[in-house]
Amino acid sequence: MELDYLQVEEAAKTLYIRALKLLPPDIKEGFKRLNALESHPTGKTILGTMIRNIQVAEDNTNLLCQDTGIPIYNVVVGQGIQWDGFALKAAIVKGCERATREHPLRSSVVHPITRKNEHTSCGPGIPVIHVDFSDAVHHFSIEMIPKGSGSESNSWLKMALPAEGVDVIKTFVIDCVLEAGGKTCPPTIVGVGVGGTADLCMHLSKVAATRALGTKCRDSEGARLEQELSAVVNQLGVGPQGLGGDSTAFAVHVELAATHITLNPVAVNMQCHSARRARATLSPDGFVYGY
Amino acid sequence: MAHYDFQMPISEAQARQLCVNDTVSLNGTLFGIRDATYIHLFDRGRKTHFDLQGAAVIHTAPNVRKVAVSVEHPSGYEPICIGTTTSARMERFTRPLMEQYGVRITIGKGGLFAASQEAFKVLGGVYLAVVGGAAALETTWIEQIEAVDLDDLNPESLWKFRVRSFGPLLVTMDSHGGNLYTEVNEAAQEKRASVLRALGVK
Repeated sequence: MELDYLQVEEAAKTLYIRALKLLPPDIKEGFKRLNALESHPTGKTILGTMIRNIQVAEDNTNLLCQDTGIPIYNVVVGQGIQWDGFALKAAIVKGCERATREHPLRSSVVHPITRKNEHTSCGPGIPVIHVDFSDAVHHFSIEMIPKGSGSESNSWLKMALPAEGVDVIKTFVIDCVLEAGGKTCPPTIVGVGVGGTADLCMHLSKVAATRALGTKCRDSEGARLEQELSAVVNQLGVGPQGLGGDSTAFAVHVELAATHITLNPVAVNMQCHSARRARATLSPDGFVYGY
Repeated sequence: MAHYDFQMPISEAQARQLCVNDTVSLNGTLFGIRDATYIHLFDRGRKTHFDLQGAAVIHTAPNVRKVAVSVEHPSGYEPICIGTTTSARMERFTRPLMEQYGVRITIGKGGLFAASQEAFKVLGGVYLAVVGGAAALETTWIEQIEAVDLDDLNPESLWKFRVRSFGPLLVTMDSHGGNLYTEVNEAAQEKRASVLRALGVK
């Protein structure tokens, strides 16, 4: 199967707008679960407003949140796909620019030194495009994540010591949740990266923060760690918007990589309650949209 | 815990009567402001022609559509989606905004810190929390974008919105030293040790 780059461009555009308007079903379920357990009156009121907002966005086909985020595209290419990587990236950039101009969307992207906004949601190195590969022969998919800045501003990396063990990882995660307070728009998905190099560790925390609720770390030790952390994080009482309550996080997710004998890296990145994602998967009839 | 319906602008006495956990809804004018707007007003010496005496500002940068100037859209902008950003980055600007322009209400999410708390106490102001990430709903409280200033900073312009029943917003920092964020954070810090124990951390 050969890629049609006009189709990819159209998908990149559609995905950005779709992600900003429709919250994935797993996040909606997450809200239901938290709302059923929330015992704090302020927390309950705030969760109610968030749930109502999801419906208002759908009814008015409006954006869930005004923060259009930093656009991230995660591409997965199967073994049987014939593709030109350069043309693929160019098509995604063009689709992202067109979404911004044609909807129109607020471009939240500026040059880091001049602070100039090109009003395209694009700039040097942006959109972020990750490409990974699959052994499924005919598979080609693009996942789009608009990553909001409230949660992204609260990102941490600690190059801990091997002698500090898993205890330092657990302590670091809890302290990050406390430091974030209401700034990350809780309830959040707390993404934890463990191991790797400094940059890989940070990347893993983003992968963890943007994973669908209900999914598990593929490594059994990682899965155990995320289960332990998820079980206690809501005892902190930070609550929705940091104003008190049981709903501090939907879950804690862990992703890990092997690391150096001298290293014990841990990174935390959070996803806000507007945990937006959209996915387009190529079929013989064109792209099919989902989450 | 009382509810107040304010027609903007308000007086110092109206700001000072508010206490943490009260709720407020706003009617009339609301100004949108954020990082670049503050930086240009206070670090780069620019001025606005808007009168902000007794006003409320909200930390935002909206999604808008450029349209022809009309009675319905006097600013030439139609609102698409208007929500609220994290206030913490703008902490150092609360006091000069109150001192130099007379602003009484700052609306945002996530709260502000000690310097703002002191400014609220000395000058008579409050911080009101809106639910962050609920912008589709917030947009329905905004009737019109009346005017815009410093628009070379778009989307971080100084926006003048006309709002109706904007809220209810929760008073989370008042002029009497009340601060809901500090209360929640202190309580959460107290739970830190028991949570770490539950995780088996030695």
